[in-house]
This record gives sequence, C-alpha cells and structure tokens, in this order.
Amino acid sequence: MYKIVTKRILNPTVVLMDIEAPLIAKKAEPGQFIILRVDSEGERIPLTIADFDREKGTVTIIFQVVGKTTKALSLLNENDAICDFVGPLGVASHVEGLKRVAVVGGGVGSAIAYPIAKKLHQLGAKVDVIIGFRNKDLVILEDEFKAVSDNLFVMTDDGSHGEKGLVTQALENQIKLGNEYDEVITIGPLIMMKFVCEVTKRYNIKTTVSMNPIMIDGTGMCGGCRLTVGGETKFACVDGPDFDGHLVDFDEAIARSSTYKEFEEHALNHYCNLMGVE
Amino acid sequence: MANMSLKKLDMPVQEPEIRNSNFEEVALGYTPEMAMEEAERCLNCKHKPCVSGCPVCVEIPAFIEEVKKGEFEKAYEIIKETSALPAVCGRVCPQETQCEAKCVRGIKGEAVAIGRLERFVADYHMANSTEQVKPIENNGRKVAIIGAGPAGLTCAGDLAKKGYKVTVFEALHVAGGVLVYGIPEFRLPKAIVQKEIDTLKAMGVEICTNMVIGKVLSIDELFEQGYEGVFIGSGAGLPSFMHIPGENLKGVYSANEFLTRVNLMKAYEKESDTPVKACKNVAVFGGGNVAMDAARCAKRLGAENVYIVYRRSDAEMPARREEIEHAKEEGIIFKNLTNPVQILGTPQEGVIGVECVSMALGEPDASGRRRPIVVEGSNFVLDIDCAIMAIGTSPNPLIRSTTEGLETNKWGCIIAEEETGLTTREGVYAGGDAVTGAATVILAMGAGKKAAAAMDEHLQGKSR
Repeated sequence: MYKIVTKRILNPTVVLMDIEAPLIAKKAEPGQFIILRVDSEGERIPLTIADFDREKGTVTIIFQVVGKTTKALSLLNENDAICDFVGPLGVASHVEGLKRVAVVGGGVGSAIAYPIAKKLHQLGAKVDVIIGFRNKDLVILEDEFKAVSDNLFVMTDDGSHGEKGLVTQALENQIKLGNEYDEVITIGPLIMMKFVCEVTKRYNIKTTVSMNPIMIDGTGMCGGCRLTVGGETKFACVDGPDFDGHLVDFDEAIARSSTYKEFEEHALNHYCNLMGVE
Repeated sequence: MANMSLKKLDMPVQEPEIRNSNFEEVALGYTPEMAMEEAERCLNCKHKPCVSGCPVCVEIPAFIEEVKKGEFEKAYEIIKETSALPAVCGRVCPQETQCEAKCVRGIKGEAVAIGRLERFVADYHMANSTEQVKPIENNGRKVAIIGAGPAGLTCAGDLAKKGYKVTVFEALHVAGGVLVYGIPEFRLPKAIVQKEIDTLKAMGVEICTNMVIGKVLSIDELFEQGYEGVFIGSGAGLPSFMHIPGENLKGVYSANEFLTRVNLMKAYEKESDTPVKACKNVAVFGGGNVAMDAARCAKRLGAENVYIVYRRSDAEMPARREEIEHAKEEGIIFKNLTNPVQILGTPQEGVIGVECVSMALGEPDASGRRRPIVVEGSNFVLDIDCAIMAIGTSPNPLIRSTTEGLETNKWGCIIAEEETGLTTREGVYAGGDAVTGAATVILAMGAGKKAAAAMDEHLQGKSR
C-alpha cells in the first residue's frame, strides 16, 4: 500500500497528491510516469509524474477527475492508501543543452509541464511558459510556474484570467516577436498538442510532445499504447512518452483514445450513483 | 494386473456448447477411482523413458505407483521433489511431445495419461492436505529473482529449499507472470496459481510486486544491496505486430493486450473496471496456443463468429492438438492457408473488416515447415469488428538496456549457457522466454531449476 501524504484541491476537478513511494522518488525524472490502481479491483491508469521529493520519499501526481478511477482516487484523503503504485516508467525528458525554451501546457497537462519547466530553469535555460485553461476557476500552479519561468503567459478561453485566447496564439505571438526557441515542449489535450505542432512546423521549431494513451502494464507488454511516429509504430510506455511532435500521427492517436469512451462514461455514472456523489 | 486398454481413460470436460459461454475450467479432472484405473496402465518400466522427456525430471513411474495404491499424498511428495508447480504443469504442459511422447504404451495405442494423473494428484493434495508448509532454515544469504512467472517461481522455490533468503521482484501487481496474465481462467484457474504461490511464500520466499527492475532498481543496485546472485526470468513480453495497413485502428489488439484485459484485469466479469470491446466478429491471426486462447476468450465474451486466420495448414499449426480440438468443438472457425493483407476501417468506427489472401504451401523453409506462398488474385474480405494479433512476442528490453555487460543476441534474447543459465555477467543467471524467446511454461521451469542449481554451486564455492 502507498500512503497519501498530502492532498490539495487545485481546482474543482483537479487534485494534487503526494504519494509515499521512496524508491520511485529516488529515481524519478521529469517526463516519466507511474501506473496506479486505487484498490484491488481497480483498473491500472498511467499518470505522468508532476514532481518528486527524493528526501521526503514522495512522488506528486496531479489528476483531473474524468472517469471512475480518478473519481474514486479523488475521494481518498491524507493518510489513506492506494493499492498499487509502480514506476518510474518511460524515458525521461531530454532537457540537457537547451538554452531557450517555450513550455506550453493545457489544462491538467500543465501539471506535467511543470517539472520540465522547473528542471530547465534549474539547468539555467531561459524558459517561457504558456499555460491555457477554460476559465479562471480552472487555473492551476500559477505561482509555481511563475517561480520557474522567465515569462509566464496565462491564457483563458473566456478571458476571465490572464489573456483571452488560445495557447497557440500566445506561442505564435512570442515567435513573431522574435523569440528564437531551441525547442517547444508541449503537454496537454491531444487536439491542443496537434495545433501547437502545426504552429511550430511553420516556423521550423523542434517540438516535443508528451503522449498519454490508454495502456495497461506500462512496460511494453500490451502494446495498447502504440502510436505512429514518423511512419513507425512506437510504444508510448517504453519508447516515450515524449516524442517529436512533428512526426506523431495525432488523428490516429485521437481515434484510439476514444476506444472505451462509452464504457468510461457508463462506469463513471454507475459509480457516482452507487457512491451518492456527483 | 495392469490395465491393458489401448486408450487413455477420458477426462470429464464441460460440454462445448455450455463451456463456450463461461470462463470456468474446461477440463474437470479425474476422480480418485479414474486416476487409479488409469495408473494401472503404467508398466513401471525400469529404464523410465518418460522421465527423460520431462524438462524437470519428475519421477513419473514412482508417483504413478503410489496412485495405483491410492496413496495420493505420497504421489504428491514425489512430484513436489522436482516440480515447483504440479497443478500448473498437469494442466498446461504439452505432455504429448514430452513425457507421454516417450511412453512405451504409446508404441501400440495411447500413452499413459501422465498429465491427467499429475493434475489429479496436485488437485487432490490442494483439496485434502492440512499439512502446513514449514519455513526453511535460512542460510543468511540473499538472492534476487526478477519476474514471478514460471521460470522465476521455480528458481525461487529451489533456492528457498536450499536455505537462501529469496526475494522475487515482479513488475505487475500480482505474481504469476504469463500464468495470470496470459493463460485464461478456463485452462488454468487463477486460484490454483495463487495456491502454488502461497506455498512458496510459506516457505519463506518474499514477493515484491510493482517493482520494475531496470527502472526502479538496476541489477547493479541489487548486488549493492547485498544480493549475491540474480536470476532474470523476465519473459518475452513485447508483442509483435504485422506491419500491415490499418493495424492501429480501434479494435485491433495484440493478443497480450486482449488476454491481459480478460485474464489479469478480469474484463469478463461485470464488475471489472477494465473493459474489453464487446465484439460480434473477431479474427485472431496466428496458429499457436496464444491464438487459441484469444479466440476462445473472444467466443466466451459473446462474439458470434470467431476466426483463426493462419497462413499455413492444420498440420503445421504450432498449438497443442488438444487446444485446437477444444477450439473447434467450441465453434471457432478455422481459416487456414489464409493471410491478412490489410485491416479495413475508419478512425471513427474502428475495424470493419480484414482483407485476406489465400496461401498455398511450397517447399520446406528453415523451420522445416512448408513455406506458405501467396495465391495471386485470391483476395477476399472477412467482415470483422475486432482483430487480435497472436503472431509472437520478443523479450522485453528494460533489463538488457540498463545492465552493463549483459549480452543479448540479435533477437534481444539474453545469452545464457544452456546447462547453467549463466549469462555474460558473473553471478547473473537467466532462463525462460527471456533467453529462448516465446516457448512453454515447462521449459521455463526447467531453466529456472538448472539456474538455481548452478547459482547454488557458484555461491557455495564463494565465501561471502
């Protein structure tokens, strides 16, 4: 069992938890992920590592409540424990040698962008962070990002906080203003990453995306997380989760991600009825 | 007086039309009377040809002698001396090409049903024994086993018996490896695997789940932590795909994914949180045991038509004959001499069909089997909404890529001495599918056994 050491509600649907997992905390690097099961009957879900504390022996996860498993997890409290927690899985993000970087996060994906921005900042790179949310109630980690970026641009769809507009517009503005990025790193919904890549392709800026497809084991065994990258089949769990965004077949990834949509909706509704929660 | 019947005594099974819609075990096992009757067919040959056919050298005539007398617990003791997982082997070993292939009774008629007898003895013990397994006195030396599948569990059991403090590291959340994620409930009930594992734990073996060696700890770190020997039994987990158009559509699975969803995550149970797509028409590509398992699972999940699509003919099929027969009885449709060319569908709908070609057999190839050749212009479409690729797996690269000095061949298999399992790193042994590529449970167990003996010998000769 793995103890929940801290729990913080970041916005109405996004929760942060520090999980006691000293061996994983010791090895974790930005860009890697863990797989967890809430209880002994639960499904295995992958979550990208949002932060880690090697001394305290904790790994931070930040998740949005989207289905039954994340709902059940969000109902647990500090000092409760989760059944399984395995990692660190996947290949760490390659951030060495970068001097000028734009980190673009969308929604809960910003949580995953955070450790990468932090590491780049620690390595002395100049980091612009662009994060986007639907509205001001959903904004997360603003202070944390401020501390690790040279420029922070918060975008909301309705303009209720920061600037009104999409992250792609903010990114393109910065590029047009003459910022010459070595690399753009983007993490968020598939559709957002797809459009960020379309912008950076026009300016020929190398772009790394972090993929989070459906997977079971996370060690290369099931092949459920396969993607087409540059015409080749890759497994997000062992070859990624980071890939060259200009080579990823996003349309295929979007289609594959909807495989269990109906089941997921049904499972969540059933669980909420059962538990008497919304 | 020996039973001179030329045929094995049939083992009761669930009727095909009933079993193809449930996940309960197909074979029901002998009764004590049946076991004693079949045991009488054994001639107790002095030269014991059957034992030479067993990868772990079970003393077959000796245990069958005890079955004849109704001394089932004594029979169990004899099997247990050499086999770590009798109830598993009695179910999934390909006896027809091993012990039973060497049986003298098989020269004229059928071999003694050694597998069925082993299964009976193991099940009898599980159901009736009240004896507690005693922890074994510890010699104070630590060894690490990577992977809790058949190879690792066998190696762990043998080393624990010799007094080592054994820790097994398993990447998944439960121990058992392919016995729990791959082989379906109806061939090998998971409760049986769990009992075998509980026996190992009672002997003092520690099993650490959720530990991906190569990620959370490296082999070098295991040595730093005081483990004196390491056995790698990490299996051949990486599924192969066919590299044909459409194979990343929704509804295309590797057999590993499909079987893991169904077996490990229990997708067939209503309460399971892990789904598997409900399908009407399913095509499984491949002709091995894994293909049969996937097809039979799909049928049980309610598919109307389940096809085995195999590029050679029935005679070349690598699956066990019994599995092929069981699949046919259950209504699986065999499309032999057929090869998929592309999977048809749309991103939104997923799979809607598979375009296939007919094949003919030419001259034997390197494997000794006749090479399949495409019949030009024979293309046709099968309507399906799910495709499962069961065309093989290769060893997982996680350990080899993080262990310096551990050499692998061009297929990614760890290089290990056949008789000892010793790898190119001192103190590191390997066996099972990680070394051979996808093979059988019993060969993996045999490799685990040899490696345990070799590691013990190595450590005996080495002061701490």
